[in-house]
Amino acid sequence: MSGDDILLRVRDLRVQFGQGPQAVRAVDGVDFAIRRGETFALLGESGCGKSMSALALLQLVPRPAGRITSGEVWFDGQDLLALSEQQMRQVRGHRISMIFQEPMTSLNPVMTVGEQIGEVLEQHLGLPRRARRDRTIELLTDVGIPAPARRIDDYPHQLSGGMKQRVMIAMALAGEPDLLIADEPTTALDVTIQAQVLELLAKIQRDTGMAILLITHDLGIVAETVDHVAVMYAGQIVEAASRRELFASPLHPYTRKLFAAVPDRRKRGRKLETISGNVPPLNRRFTGCRFAERCDEAWLRCREQAPAWTERETDGETHGVRCLRYQPGIEAPRVVSRPGSETGSGETKPASASTLLTVRDLKVHFPIRKGLFKRVVGHVYAVDGVDLQIADGRTLALVGESGCGKTTAGKAILRLIAPTAGEVIYDGQDLARLPADELRRLRARLQIIFQDPFASMNPRMMVGNIVEEGMRAQGIGRTAEERRQRVAQLLEQVGLPPEAARRYPHEFSGGQRQRICIARALAVEPRLIVCDEPTSALDVSVQAQTLNLLKDLQDRFGLGYLFITHNISVVAYLAHDVAVMYLGRIVEQGPVDAILDDPRHPYTRALLSAVPSLDENGREIIRLEGELPSPINPPPGCHFHPRCPDAMPVCAERYPDPVTLPDGRVVKCHLVGD
Amino acid sequence: MAKRSRPFWLWPAVTVLILALAWWQLPAQFGVRPVYLWTDRLIFLLLAGALFLGGWIRRREHLRQPWVEVFRQRRAMVALVVLLAFVITGLLDSVHYRKPLPMVDGQQGVQYSVEVVTLLDELLGTLREGTEKTYSAPFAMTQLARETVTLPDGTQSRIRPRLRHGGAHLTDPSQRGRDILASGLAGAAIGVGLTMLVWLLLGAILSRRWQTSWRAALTRIVHGRTEVPWRAILVTAGSLLVLMAMTALWSRHWHVFGTDKVGEDVLYLAIKSIRTGLVIGTLTTLVMLPFAILLGIMAGYFRGWVDDIIQYLYTTLSSIPGVLLIAAAVLSIQVYIANHPDLFETATDRADLRLLALCVILGITSWTNLCRLLRGETFKLREMDYIQAATAFGVGHFTILGRHVLPNVLHIVLIIVVLDFSGLVLAEAVLSYVGVGVDPSTISWGNMINGARLELAREPVVWWSLAAAFVFMFALVLSANLFADAVRDAFDPRLREQSP
Amino acid sequence: MFAYIVRRVLYAIPILIGVNLLTFTLFFVVNSPDDMARMHLGVKRVTPEAIEKWKAERGYDKPLLYNERAEGLQRFTATIFFEKSVSLFAFRFGRADDGRDIAWDIRQRMWPSLAIAIPTFLLGILVNITFAMLLAFFRATYIDVWGVVLCVILMSISTLFYIIGGQYMVGKLLHLVPISGYDSGTNAFKFLVLPIVIGIISGIGAGTRWYRTIFLEEINKDYVRTARAKGLSELRVLFRHVLKNAMIPILTGAVVIIPLLFMGSLLLESFFGIPGLGSYTIDAIQAQDFAIVRAMVFLGSVLYIVGLVLTDISYTLVDPRVRLE
Ligand code: SF4
Ligand code: SF4
Repeated sequence: MSGDDILLRVRDLRVQFGQGPQAVRAVDGVDFAIRRGETFALLGESGCGKSMSALALLQLVPRPAGRITSGEVWFDGQDLLALSEQQMRQVRGHRISMIFQEPMTSLNPVMTVGEQIGEVLEQHLGLPRRARRDRTIELLTDVGIPAPARRIDDYPHQLSGGMKQRVMIAMALAGEPDLLIADEPTTALDVTIQAQVLELLAKIQRDTGMAILLITHDLGIVAETVDHVAVMYAGQIVEAASRRELFASPLHPYTRKLFAAVPDRRKRGRKLETISGNVPPLNRRFTGCRFAERCDEAWLRCREQAPAWTERETDGETHGVRCLRYQPGIEAPRVVSRPGSETGSGETKPASASTLLTVRDLKVHFPIRKGLFKRVVGHVYAVDGVDLQIADGRTLALVGESGCGKTTAGKAILRLIAPTAGEVIYDGQDLARLPADELRRLRARLQIIFQDPFASMNPRMMVGNIVEEGMRAQGIGRTAEERRQRVAQLLEQVGLPPEAARRYPHEFSGGQRQRICIARALAVEPRLIVCDEPTSALDVSVQAQTLNLLKDLQDRFGLGYLFITHNISVVAYLAHDVAVMYLGRIVEQGPVDAILDDPRHPYTRALLSAVPSLDENGREIIRLEGELPSPINPPPGCHFHPRCPDAMPVCAERYPDPVTLPDGRVVKCHLVGD
Repeated sequence: MAKRSRPFWLWPAVTVLILALAWWQLPAQFGVRPVYLWTDRLIFLLLAGALFLGGWIRRREHLRQPWVEVFRQRRAMVALVVLLAFVITGLLDSVHYRKPLPMVDGQQGVQYSVEVVTLLDELLGTLREGTEKTYSAPFAMTQLARETVTLPDGTQSRIRPRLRHGGAHLTDPSQRGRDILASGLAGAAIGVGLTMLVWLLLGAILSRRWQTSWRAALTRIVHGRTEVPWRAILVTAGSLLVLMAMTALWSRHWHVFGTDKVGEDVLYLAIKSIRTGLVIGTLTTLVMLPFAILLGIMAGYFRGWVDDIIQYLYTTLSSIPGVLLIAAAVLSIQVYIANHPDLFETATDRADLRLLALCVILGITSWTNLCRLLRGETFKLREMDYIQAATAFGVGHFTILGRHVLPNVLHIVLIIVVLDFSGLVLAEAVLSYVGVGVDPSTISWGNMINGARLELAREPVVWWSLAAAFVFMFALVLSANLFADAVRDAFDPRLREQSP
Repeated sequence: MFAYIVRRVLYAIPILIGVNLLTFTLFFVVNSPDDMARMHLGVKRVTPEAIEKWKAERGYDKPLLYNERAEGLQRFTATIFFEKSVSLFAFRFGRADDGRDIAWDIRQRMWPSLAIAIPTFLLGILVNITFAMLLAFFRATYIDVWGVVLCVILMSISTLFYIIGGQYMVGKLLHLVPISGYDSGTNAFKFLVLPIVIGIISGIGAGTRWYRTIFLEEINKDYVRTARAKGLSELRVLFRHVLKNAMIPILTGAVVIIPLLFMGSLLLESFFGIPGLGSYTIDAIQAQDFAIVRAMVFLGSVLYIVGLVLTDISYTLVDPRVRLE
């Protein structure tokens, strides 16, 4: 890189938590540089130190637990780390600003939006009161907040998630910074909102020419928005290059694995690449390569010699990597590449498999009570007439954005939440009406896996007892010994050693816990498992392990899955059928290929177009205005009409009837069929 | 991880059995007649419960871990040593019996004294018996007030008469200073000697655990290179031993804290008050725990009308200011006791039942806080996925409550129990002042303060009763608070302490 | 807002009924009026006539719940339950054992009580917040660590000792202010200073430590990081952002304090001879005057409920997310 246009250069940055030999070195020697006006991404999985690196730039590392032990941060000719707290305040919010992952908690709940933005204007630009207000309204307009003159006096809780993130961006822009650090700015948002926010950031960058440091774990976002990428692993940068270069030829084994682990359609029927094991704890000293334990290409030397940063030039661009294979003067053994193993199933399942579960017109309405006598003054129409069919050995994906009612539907099917109306037919019996004791017996057939692997196991019970609980309740396995053997067998099936039974949940990583939960569900020999976002709390590499396991179990035992998710790429990889949910109802349903190739409902189209993809060929994003309306007052007519780009007058009057297309899918839209 | 070899309850059970046997059989061996007060029985129950719980926790890694953390904190361990000293005193004071009267000729069977004494009284022998006529200052040889006495020569004179006990062994009053110094030094020497002994013993025990030599263990303790802060523990225990030895030697001939209005040794009263304070601090909790836990988790788990009723119950109770509710209840019990004198065999019995009643009443007024906390926590837990998973397996409600809810709220119970303890000890003093505390015949810090506060207006000022009560109460409450802090930090740093 | 207050008042009714039933049970069912009479007259000179006379003087000579000898509605109203318990709802407290009108006494004694309780409460919160802010500002330094230890030490001392000690030092040794008594108007000031100061000091330990926990909890929240990332100074972060948010839990705690405040000034008033409700209550308890105790229990619950409503209303001032409806 040539020196002049470099805005920020970080050298040998180190952040440490705690003292002494147990100290955690969260950031352990990070170097990178950002040019003026470019977008630079720090990419990595959770715990790799990317967020901490960003906080360290602003000296915001949480004290006194953590501290910056060494390094230089040259920004515009100054070493930021050498500045006093007083001088640093002139930089924060003014030269460099930052936005965070959780817009819900990152805004002060008891101050108005205007006050919070005004504070920056007062602090850094010294604007008088009147001018502050005018400028705040301008800023709110810039970030696309409708009716800013009114919104300025709102409190954060009056805004939706996407709006809050816009306010955060406005606040960051208020000091007119040269660099914006965006720490996972869209992770907490739905895809359609994510698309809006990313577009906004891109637009602002075009207008103001500021540089953006984007911290993310999402390869899709990186593929679409950034100029340069640095991949972090275990506190270090392992690879850095321009985006084009990195995506065209990733060098580091970790980067390559990461790409391969992302599920997508082309990988259907194949096992996903996974990275075995876990990220090493950062409180130990490393002698060799930090990735050596998990690297397929490692050889003896990798454990003994720490790889040095190696740069090579391609087409005038620098591509740096930290791996012994690319280090000059080192003879690396050839890699025996293993072919991606086929699972041999996927598409081959006959579509006419017997129906396992039928859901008809399922409704879950939560009454809203108010007043002295708790009169019911309204309902939350969380699930409002859902029809589904799940076949033996197939996966039905229930897709939608947060708040659309998909999780409620999943729980209502199992009667973990009492359904208000509708039928859930399993084996000729209506689960929704079954008396409690009969339902209890049937519960073995229908199981559930939850999203949060940390909340889904009782922390006070040993894993063995956790897995055994269902067997006991269902009277499976007569003796304790029999059950113990079964538990061992189950743990083995999900890839855990039998000793795991005698340990407690907190001793396992997120991915392992999710596997224990799967074992627990399998223990009662279910036919159908409701998977409620089972991988969304996991990193890509761990997600791949879990998806592989689920797929494998389905092939072996012919399980049916109701897979509730918002992640389209998982759907594309795993599901046979898809149902798209919007505001309590299913708007489009059918075979996965049909829907992904040719979505017919405008909402499905918008949803699919908003998902960032690894392929660079520019896709056109259908921008949705606004956000999901409240399920208390669904819009009249088609629920989607206030946001629908194709809305017609009739849409506001009548809810569209379901139309069955020749390829077997059902769509509810006036555009289709009429 | 649990070893299957020995059940966790083996050692607690053996200990409890031995204690129970001793309590039941030994008095007869010594020819005294045991008196089992209600509070004694409950204390024994509590002790047994604590032993079993301890045994159970030791075997569970995740339950033990926070305790290990507590045991590594210097401040907590110093506090614990002091607390233990108090607890041992209280336990010794909870073994009541009546001594046989000397045989009279022709008497059938043994007659027992009506006076109920405890093991502690036995240890404090001189303190208990060496009473004076009225006030005397600490280490005084003479009474505080002048008295008109008739001298041998027939003239009358107003002098301060010599005490019956305090300094009675000295004929020459000018020897007082020297005597006090001498026995103080002797006491200190004994205390230091005992501390050394403890150190050597500790070294021997720890050397086996650490697999080092005895000498190495001893130096490790002195240098403070241990995980459990043994040095601090030793220093605290040593200071206590020195203090106790000095006081013991002094008390043979002096009133270290003076005497009160009726001439009783103030130090004796202060020590006897320990049991009262401990009983109120612990039994109250014991009484309220079952209600608070059961109602709290039921309200949070079942919601609906169950919740409504339980909430109504505790809102109503907590709406009445604590003192008033206690006053109302104590007053009506007072009337009841006064009108049914036949129910109680001895005055000790009556005072004891009144103490227990106070514990129950305090328990009723103080369960609401814990109940509210548990309800809130259960509310959150109920939504946890693991409880939903259990429901999805068809596990019954009460099994869920016992297996999933209760174990996950126990840390809150523990924290509240230890936090409440010191508050209850302080409350006793206030209530006794208001006149709705323990029986006036029960020795307690509250009664001591109550009796002494008016004497501040006297000339010369009688400050020693207050000082003694202050020192003892402060030591107990401070160490309880410090220990409670450590427990809270270890078990749940986020649980905000409730109201001041 | 108005509807909200109405609803709260309606909610209060079952609670007050419960309180009344409880006191009724304690005072009339556990012990019969006969027992009380015997107790008051002293065990020695109890004749049946004396008991009847004692009861008649105080209106305890009626049946508890149902009067067979009366006519119509009187069957229910001419009972102890109606006259002594139900009438409390109309704030008719009846007469004390010495024949004085309790309601009148309460009206007289309210003002001195408020004169102590309100300054102690408000100044106390102010002082505690100040100290807690200091500790939070110096968090994780030695100032903080030893500050907390000092708090624990302060809260381990019984209120009684604060009062006795304060009275002795300031009043007796230094002769700065009178140690006991009361006067009307502005002259009351010199009698009030010491109790108020002692009331505040005795609460510093627990209060400061508690507020510090609240502040530290807030300081760890995301919005504080945002505020720092804006370049605000630490003091500004503490005062503009943290304090405003911390007021929400602080107010919640205030409700719990209101009934305790009553107890706190109970001791203060009694020790300093201030003719307020607290000393009134203590005197009544010591004289075993059940009529007054009953009245004060009822009044206490009413105050508690008023405190709850006030807290809810004050929430709307500090927390924009709370709307009363
Ligand atoms: S240095 Fe060795 S272990 Fe590390 S990434 Fe390269 S090949 Fe793998
Ligand atoms: S019915 Fe109308 S509003 Fe609804 S999705 Fe179709 S075109 Fe859009």
